[in-house]
Amino acid sequence: MKANFFTSTLLWAVVGLIAVALTPLFVKSNYWLGVLAFMAINTILAVGLNLLMGYAGQVSLGHAAFYGIGAYTTAILTTQYGVSPWLAMPAGILITCIIAYLVGVPCLRLHGHYLAMATLGFGWIVFIVLVHWDGLTLGTSGVEKIPKLAIGSLVFDNDVKRFFLTWVTAILLLLVSANIVRSRVGRALRALHSSENAAATMGVDVSRYKVMVFVLSAAYAALAGSLYAHVVNFISPSVFGFIVSVELVVMVVIGGMASVWGAAVGAATITMLVEWLRSLGEAVPVFKEFDVIAHGLILVLVMLFLPAGLTVGVRDLVLRWVKRRRPAPAPQEKPKEVARV
Amino acid sequence: MSTLLEAGNVSKIFGGLVAVSDASFTVRTGEITALIGPNGAGKTTMLNMISGVFPPTSGWIRLAGKPIHHLPPHVIAARGIARTFQQVELFTNMTVLENVMVGRHLRSRGNLFTAATRLGGTNRHERKTANDALTYLEMVGLADVAHEDSGDLPFGRQRLLEIARALATEPSLLLLDEAASGLSTREKKELVELIFRIRKSGVTIFLVDHDMDLVMDISDRVVVLDHGEKIAEGTPAEVQRNERVIAAYLGEEPVGESG
Repeated sequence: MKANFFTSTLLWAVVGLIAVALTPLFVKSNYWLGVLAFMAINTILAVGLNLLMGYAGQVSLGHAAFYGIGAYTTAILTTQYGVSPWLAMPAGILITCIIAYLVGVPCLRLHGHYLAMATLGFGWIVFIVLVHWDGLTLGTSGVEKIPKLAIGSLVFDNDVKRFFLTWVTAILLLLVSANIVRSRVGRALRALHSSENAAATMGVDVSRYKVMVFVLSAAYAALAGSLYAHVVNFISPSVFGFIVSVELVVMVVIGGMASVWGAAVGAATITMLVEWLRSLGEAVPVFKEFDVIAHGLILVLVMLFLPAGLTVGVRDLVLRWVKRRRPAPAPQEKPKEVARV
Repeated sequence: MSTLLEAGNVSKIFGGLVAVSDASFTVRTGEITALIGPNGAGKTTMLNMISGVFPPTSGWIRLAGKPIHHLPPHVIAARGIARTFQQVELFTNMTVLENVMVGRHLRSRGNLFTAATRLGGTNRHERKTANDALTYLEMVGLADVAHEDSGDLPFGRQRLLEIARALATEPSLLLLDEAASGLSTREKKELVELIFRIRKSGVTIFLVDHDMDLVMDISDRVVVLDHGEKIAEGTPAEVQRNERVIAAYLGEEPVGESG
């Protein structure tokens, strides 16, 4: 616990914002700006899911459902009822939070595989509702002409503006997430991950905290969904299917659970990979739908070789390599117990 | 001497197994009370009921006169009972200091909103929590490893960390479950000194242990369980003379009903 951890978190956020501000100077292609905007949305999703999975240790295999509910709520309210996006987006988040609470209270009594199955079932139900409730969701044809976001006369109508909108939001949410982790609340979450019994006997209301982080991570997903709806201006159920839930889990796992920045790295990696496989599939039809296989393969490889995830795993590899390169210090320089206080 | 904890006709039945049967005893304020008994006597079950891990099947438990046997563990913690675990249950994904900071959960402030925004003096509260936690580490002699991963500590020091974490909740009653098991002779001696220091600071101690010498040395009073039943309660000297206790430990049939 360093006294200045807040400033260092803030510092990273500022560095991130500067990097975002400079990116359009180097990335001119609208295609790549679009991919990057999508990467920001995935980052929001992964960072939110990481709070639940990485920190509190609760699995969700149905997170795309919250993504979808957030997106559909704002899409329907804006296109069918003429509500302003700035009201519709919070409404979508609020509705998602209520649903997450109602789902979370019974489901989070379950552990491990059972929780995974329950959330998977929930995700499937939401997907089926999106497909079949034509009257409201317009079914498989999806919702079109979702309005663009605008602040006064500033309309987010081109790829550069959309890139800024999504990435500034993503960095703010990364900062919020990093702050939560390094707090009384974050410690309680990590504690119940490690031992629910011990956390409870320290006074942590375990079920309340589990539901709270479930709702919070659903809110992240809903925000990502509503952002997606207004950035892409078109949504259909396939964007929120089971495979997306799996993709999110893969992002969190390869990013290294319990690392806020790791989740962002995971999101970036998977976004690029999916994009690359998609273009590969277009060029060579054999590789169509190859991304499903790729996700499975990545999960297995990461679990086998970098179980702590890409970021922590690579860091440890580098540290080990540096240690081996540096000559061992003379014995008298090395205190028996290294105090880092 | 007033009574801090009271158990009345407490029973616990798991399926068909009677783990604790109709046990009644008291723990007096400011004393060190030990709960002993052969393996499978129901000692840890008793501690689990007191700390709220599960409720008794029947009977009641009172802390300072108020019933607690129906309360969940986090509420019991707030009422002033802290514990350690027989199988050490540290938060191994956190540093030594952070473990104790979790112990400060009830004594510190902050919610999701203040954490996310760092409003309401969050950073100041965080520093205070860290400093408070450090004083408990100093008390058990772990301040030098405050920033190590708790899982990397040697076993004996993990036990001490569990005690520091429990003390950080500022309990009126501390439950120690086999705190001495697996410790070296020297570590046991240090543990005894620590237990005396804890009592001196005003915390009542209720401990479960196998080590008969240790229990007889440090306890003011001893409660003996055998096959889930209380067979004796009294000073160490009284308990040691008790025939049912002797029989239970030597594995013989009780000679008489003198217990």
